[in-house]
Amino acid sequence: MLLRLEPRQTSSKWMQYATPLIAAALTVITGVILFTALGRDPFLALYTFFVRPLTSVYGIGEWAIKATPLLLCAVGLSVGFRGNVWNIGAEGQLTMGAICGGGVALAFWGNEGIWLLPLMLIAGAAGGLAWGAIPAILKNRFNANEILTSLMLTYVAIQFLGYLVHGPWRDPDGFNFPETRLFNDYGLMPVLVEGTRLHAGVILAVIVTIIVWIFMSRTFQGFKVQVAGQAPAAAAYAGYSQKGVVLLSFLVSGALAGLAGISEVSGTIGQLQPVVSPGYGFAAIIVAFLGRLHPFGIVLASLLMSLMYLGGESLQINLNLPLAVTGVFQGLLLFFVLGSEVLVRYRIKLTATPKEA
Amino acid sequence: MDGMDTAIAILVGTIRAGTPLVFAALGELIAEKSGVLNLGVEGMMLVGAVAGFIATVLTGNPYFGILAAIAAGILLSLVFGTLTQVLLTNQVATGLALTIFGIGMSAFIGLDFVGTPIEGLKPIPIPFLADIPIVGPLLFNHDALIYFSIVMFALVSWFLFHSRGGLILRAVGESHHAAHAIGYSVVKIRFLAVMFGGAMAGLAGAYLSLVYTPQWAENMTAGRGWIALALVVFATWRPGRVLIGAYLFGGITILSLHVQAVGYDVSSHLVATLPYLATVIVLAMISRDATKIRLNAPASLGKPFHPGA
Amino acid sequence: MSTSQLELKGITKQYPGVLANDAIDLAILPGEVHALLGENGAGKSTLVKIIYGVVRADAGEILWNGAPVHIANPSQARALGIGMVFQHFNLFDTLTVAENISLGIDEAHDLKVLTSEIEEISERYGLPINPHQHVHALSVGERQRVEIIRCLVQDPKVLIMDEPTSVLTPQEVEKLFETLQRLSSEGCSILYISHKLEEIQVLCDSATVLRGGKVTAHCTPREETPKSLAEMMIGSELPVCKRDGRALEGETQLSLHGLAIPSPDPHGTDLNGIDLTVRKGEVLGIAGVAGNGQKELLAAINGELISPRSDMIRIDGEGVATVSPARRRARGLAFVPEERLGRGAVPEMSLANNALLTSYQHEMVSPQGFIDFGHMRDYATRIRKNFDVRSDGIDAEAKSLSGGNLQKFIIGREIMLEPKILVLGHPTWGVDVGAATIIHQAIIDLASRGASVLVVSEDLDELFEICDSIAVISEGRLSPVRPTSETNVEEIGRWMSGQFADATQEVHHAAPA
Repeated sequence: MLLRLEPRQTSSKWMQYATPLIAAALTVITGVILFTALGRDPFLALYTFFVRPLTSVYGIGEWAIKATPLLLCAVGLSVGFRGNVWNIGAEGQLTMGAICGGGVALAFWGNEGIWLLPLMLIAGAAGGLAWGAIPAILKNRFNANEILTSLMLTYVAIQFLGYLVHGPWRDPDGFNFPETRLFNDYGLMPVLVEGTRLHAGVILAVIVTIIVWIFMSRTFQGFKVQVAGQAPAAAAYAGYSQKGVVLLSFLVSGALAGLAGISEVSGTIGQLQPVVSPGYGFAAIIVAFLGRLHPFGIVLASLLMSLMYLGGESLQINLNLPLAVTGVFQGLLLFFVLGSEVLVRYRIKLTATPKEA
Repeated sequence: MDGMDTAIAILVGTIRAGTPLVFAALGELIAEKSGVLNLGVEGMMLVGAVAGFIATVLTGNPYFGILAAIAAGILLSLVFGTLTQVLLTNQVATGLALTIFGIGMSAFIGLDFVGTPIEGLKPIPIPFLADIPIVGPLLFNHDALIYFSIVMFALVSWFLFHSRGGLILRAVGESHHAAHAIGYSVVKIRFLAVMFGGAMAGLAGAYLSLVYTPQWAENMTAGRGWIALALVVFATWRPGRVLIGAYLFGGITILSLHVQAVGYDVSSHLVATLPYLATVIVLAMISRDATKIRLNAPASLGKPFHPGA
Repeated sequence: MSTSQLELKGITKQYPGVLANDAIDLAILPGEVHALLGENGAGKSTLVKIIYGVVRADAGEILWNGAPVHIANPSQARALGIGMVFQHFNLFDTLTVAENISLGIDEAHDLKVLTSEIEEISERYGLPINPHQHVHALSVGERQRVEIIRCLVQDPKVLIMDEPTSVLTPQEVEKLFETLQRLSSEGCSILYISHKLEEIQVLCDSATVLRGGKVTAHCTPREETPKSLAEMMIGSELPVCKRDGRALEGETQLSLHGLAIPSPDPHGTDLNGIDLTVRKGEVLGIAGVAGNGQKELLAAINGELISPRSDMIRIDGEGVATVSPARRRARGLAFVPEERLGRGAVPEMSLANNALLTSYQHEMVSPQGFIDFGHMRDYATRIRKNFDVRSDGIDAEAKSLSGGNLQKFIIGREIMLEPKILVLGHPTWGVDVGAATIIHQAIIDLASRGASVLVVSEDLDELFEICDSIAVISEGRLSPVRPTSETNVEEIGRWMSGQFADATQEVHHAAPA
């Protein structure tokens, strides 16, 4: 028996919906095997990972909170990924957004008003946008690979945040802890539901998702991005600017990652710390693919990924398993998402009798 | 004489800091020459580092650690090879997945080993040569892996440009359709190249956890896998330039450490950005000349190949 | 009767959606030149790939000297004594001639010995080549010689030639035939694949004709007429386009003035001072051997390649050579590139979306930048109807169409924009006769409605059929332009190898200063 891949003449519509489910199922199966190998009851572990975090109102609030930065980053990245522009530095742009937005909060510390939060959001988006513009300009101007530059700039941004909170921005009354002052109430996202930490950032994320969806599916500019991604030569032939697509992709994804950063520090953390994200910017890459680069798919994918973060914490608290399990699952999930993608474009055929050895 | 000692210390430090980059970049060079872009170097290095470290702790022998690291790197590269060569997934996305998985997996299995002390690889002075002043400590008093990195450099250079295997590898990387049509198994050759890349990335990781630090810490590669990828572009796919580039970056790392040792009051965080900024700047400078990149880059780099059609 | 050198029995190959080979029988005698005749899409390439072990048949049998053999890969084919020269050369640009030939040999060998062997074969068969040169520096004709020598060093019993003349000048074709006849006289069988009837009548001893994946006839070409061969190949006579005699006195709509651009491709050809005018109603053809600057010329006119000075390309007398393709389209330029999938159309997008690709300036996008899906779908539907595009509706993905149908769609999309200027690269390359006829007629009709048309093609038959005037591009330079009625294949063939300096002078003398 031989397995053979046969190209489909037309991509399977059915498989486009089925593959993320197949990938999620395979990840769960692998989880069962992994937990069994670790000598744990796999079904208790799965329950602790996927269900238990959602058994309280507070838990559901946390679910949405963690999905917010993932959704913002992933929706932004999906624009570029559709255009074959590979921004993998969302984590850095998120960090820069947090720095710029947080910087505004600190700069006006002591004389703030109702205008502060909007200003912080704008500054956050601008910070992410500016940081995202660098790889785009280097790509357009010098042909430098955007994957490598955007990633390198992530390390720079994280070190820069470390420098600020250890140095000039350290809380003068903070006993030398590497943290800034806590933001004043005007600098915090309003809480939506009593008894949870669910903040207005989630509304922001949903609005942004709808805008991106309209942009990608209804506008000519969105069409151009998709052509540039699928067939760069066709884009050049039709007269679409490749450089324009690169710049647009980075500005959008950078600004949205920056927004995610400031939403996170003003909504969840309340101050700048050496680490403002547990890798949302990287996880968003997985989210974007799991959601098949479609804004609504990404909403579901960000909820799943958020649950994986909560599940990891829940496993640590309840079953004393390491938090790193989340990272393993994230990687596995992405493998399965990519691997099952083959079913969309190819048909798997069993050849009963191989004609020769 | 004190200044001389410092200079020698800096140069030896440069070689040590550059060696993991030499391994990782040479491995990626071979993979890319065959037409495969594996962005998972960082992940393979981490898994190599942790596997090497654990094996060393368990056996007490760092050489077993090295073998374990190589095996771990190959294992991860097989995942990449299967996905990209058999299931025809996007190489960029799959490479990213490999890195994300490698970070998670290494953190997971290395958890109990954080902070465990080990005795790393010891330098092996080469008799007589090591006693020569200046040159001796600089070139002939290193650990086995540094010597091995030079051997690998020589082997890779010879293989690529003076062996039939290298000729076939370059042909596959230039046009997989032509290579397939005259009867070469593109998938098999690329698989082997990817595995070599995995082995070398594993070795690079082992160098970090067994010699350079020597210890295990989560995410200890700190972007070196990505710098190795940049080095391959920087070197325009030539082994000699990979070597030079790797030591250059090693030098930047060591110098930035010495800046503080000398007593300049600069934030360690800002100094730590230097290798990354240098990578960005060098990448931009090298890539400027698009013609040069196009002449040297393997023509089918990153493109999927399906032999069925 | 002697045993066949190579015999095929019932070879069948099914691809998704198409039966490429349907129970094909074929027999080649030793030393015979055997034609495999059929139009584009008839299944010739699939069949020879099966013989060479590149593609595996679903059913059927291959006999070698009367004994059944199994050919699993090209190495086994070569070991038997089968050599193949592909239509799309399988050469590696960055390697030398000797290295390229070495890659085609499975046995251990020494590169130095091989080099002298190459030199010897090159001399013996009249195939001049320098083994140390890099392939990217070679002309198309020289590349073909490398492919042929790669086969000959292995002393083949059967040599397969897939459409070898489509890339050669008429003079080079004669040279090639001499080489092939010499080989055949030495006992080597040749399987010669072509859709050109005259060639087969000149060269081949026997023929197998394919149509739609089936054998329609085994015959002796010299005993047939072009008419009867065409009948076997396409089921009817070769169709001819209708054209009215037009006076070409309209004003110039497209002109090139000393167009000179270095190629962005390090292995490409620089354009070197090209002057050209296309008038209203004129179809101007540019012939030439591939790789002489056609790619660069087309890209420069469309605007994918930006020229150094604005007045090097003019539309209605105004310089456009430095503006984007979109701006040129706004002035009435339309363009059909040589690559269909990936450039002329986005493979995984629907025909409807592909209709939008270049027609976005025609009321399909609102001023706010939103797509008018109704207009877009309507346009795609009309293209499909007017140009007889056979597809599974307008939501079919471009890649699911056959070459001919996709080309009709792309050309239809450009022509229905009613452009002032239409530029086409190799419009019927790889297209079946039916589609080619529709395309040629549409081009002629557009010109008679007052458009200026520029066709770049390697197919001389095509150019002589549809063009009012013809020029040749060679090494980035353009020959004088001749009215089609005042030139012939021999002259154009000579020019294709770069020999038009005399003609240029002659024209200069003739022109009143």
